[in-house]
Amino acid sequence: MSSQKESTVRTLTVAVLVCLVCSVFVAGAAIALKPTQVENRLLDKQRSILAIAGLGEAGMSGAKVKELFDTTITAKLVDLESGTFSDAFDPVTFDPLKASKDPKTSEALKGSEDIAGIKRQERYTTVYMVEKDGELETLILPVRGYGLWSTLHGFIAVKGDLNTVVGMGFYQHGETPGLGGEVDNPKWKGQWPGKTLFDDNDKLAVQVVKGGVDPQSPNATHQVDGLAGATLTSVGVDNLLKFWLGQNGFGPFIANLRAGEA
Amino acid sequence: MSQPTIKEVLLNPIFNNNPIGLQILGICSALAVTSNLQTALVMSAALTLVTGFSNLFISMIRSQIPSSIRMIVQMVIIASLVIVVDQVLKAYAFSLSKQLSVFVGLIITNCIVMGRAEAFAMQNPPVLSFFDGIGNGLGYSAMLIALGIIRELFGAGKLMGYEVFSVVNDGGWYQPNGMLLLPPSAFFLIGLFIWAIRSWKKDQIEANAYKMAPQVSSKEAY
Repeated sequence: MSSQKESTVRTLTVAVLVCLVCSVFVAGAAIALKPTQVENRLLDKQRSILAIAGLGEAGMSGAKVKELFDTTITAKLVDLESGTFSDAFDPVTFDPLKASKDPKTSEALKGSEDIAGIKRQERYTTVYMVEKDGELETLILPVRGYGLWSTLHGFIAVKGDLNTVVGMGFYQHGETPGLGGEVDNPKWKGQWPGKTLFDDNDKLAVQVVKGGVDPQSPNATHQVDGLAGATLTSVGVDNLLKFWLGQNGFGPFIANLRAGEA
Repeated sequence: MSQPTIKEVLLNPIFNNNPIGLQILGICSALAVTSNLQTALVMSAALTLVTGFSNLFISMIRSQIPSSIRMIVQMVIIASLVIVVDQVLKAYAFSLSKQLSVFVGLIITNCIVMGRAEAFAMQNPPVLSFFDGIGNGLGYSAMLIALGIIRELFGAGKLMGYEVFSVVNDGGWYQPNGMLLLPPSAFFLIGLFIWAIRSWKKDQIEANAYKMAPQVSSKEAY
């Protein structure tokens, strides 16, 4: 029995069978649970949009998040190249991430342009707006970029003046827990509100600085402390903001909005 | 060796043969997920289930597994179970699964699971193995829950997210010990637990592996 058990054919058969059974098991579970997971992810995204825009309170129930989101926030599609609103797709169902992988709706970035490390950029993306009496109150822009291990996906919310930050945060990343993962730390995120993105000459000035921000420095209002022990994640956050708020990102859109021509 | 009973395999690992306390396995996740009680509980449940079922399945096919590939077969089974647990968490406890992040996935490499599969399930019948896995999971859970309670209560003044001590920052009287929220504090706590268990159950004290030679001259120290 033992010699038969150890034969090559037998070994291969057992290996193949075990793999087969396990893969069916795993695939079955993954497919069966997919719809719930997708719903959860959407809810989580809405929850983080609300949190970054400073709306609602932490620990709201799922139904409340949905309701608040539906009543206060409007999604709009933006053409990044021209920096204008567009109705090429439905902003609610449009998935910018999927679009960034499709050659028809995206383009590859050249190495020197791609400071955020995202390789391909979608032509259209969804922005979220909070409007009050027809005036723009908060603009929430999606940002993403590469940190140390992973692409960080998040949002930055700015006030109607398109300069003052309301909040910044990431809803998905795979940075080291305790080091780069501290981008989720409420204390660190608490530094963002009130910072300004652009200097007096409308040049992009927001920055994540290594070490601490010198409060005496004239640039302190644009600067946020880097994360201790997570230089590459901090650099990643800095780069992704520079990219998405710059000329290849929302730069033209913000300029148009300011001029009232979006 | 006489056949152990279900009761023995289920209860022994909790104090007599605690996987963290005596076998010193699974320390990494015990440091990482115990900064609050809720994640500690979820991690405990996940690990207990994975250990139980991996023991069950491995024991069921133990006479079919060729010894040349037994480790990798065990790994495949354990990995599949862990992926399923991870998927279930993502579907039904999304925010918790975000907090636990990589540590659920890392159950695959948790020495307790692999250790029980290799040391127990390969030699014992399925039902007994299943309970051995659950028992070891409970031993791990006991340690995690104790750590979670101490760390969250004294580190943040809360339990399961509810305030127990009102902390100074919110105008209360309790000055929380921030170090308890950092992973290294669990090292000290685990050390203290091991000390406590070994002073209670003296038979767990290991014989010295070596004896330090006395200094022969005072110069030697330099």
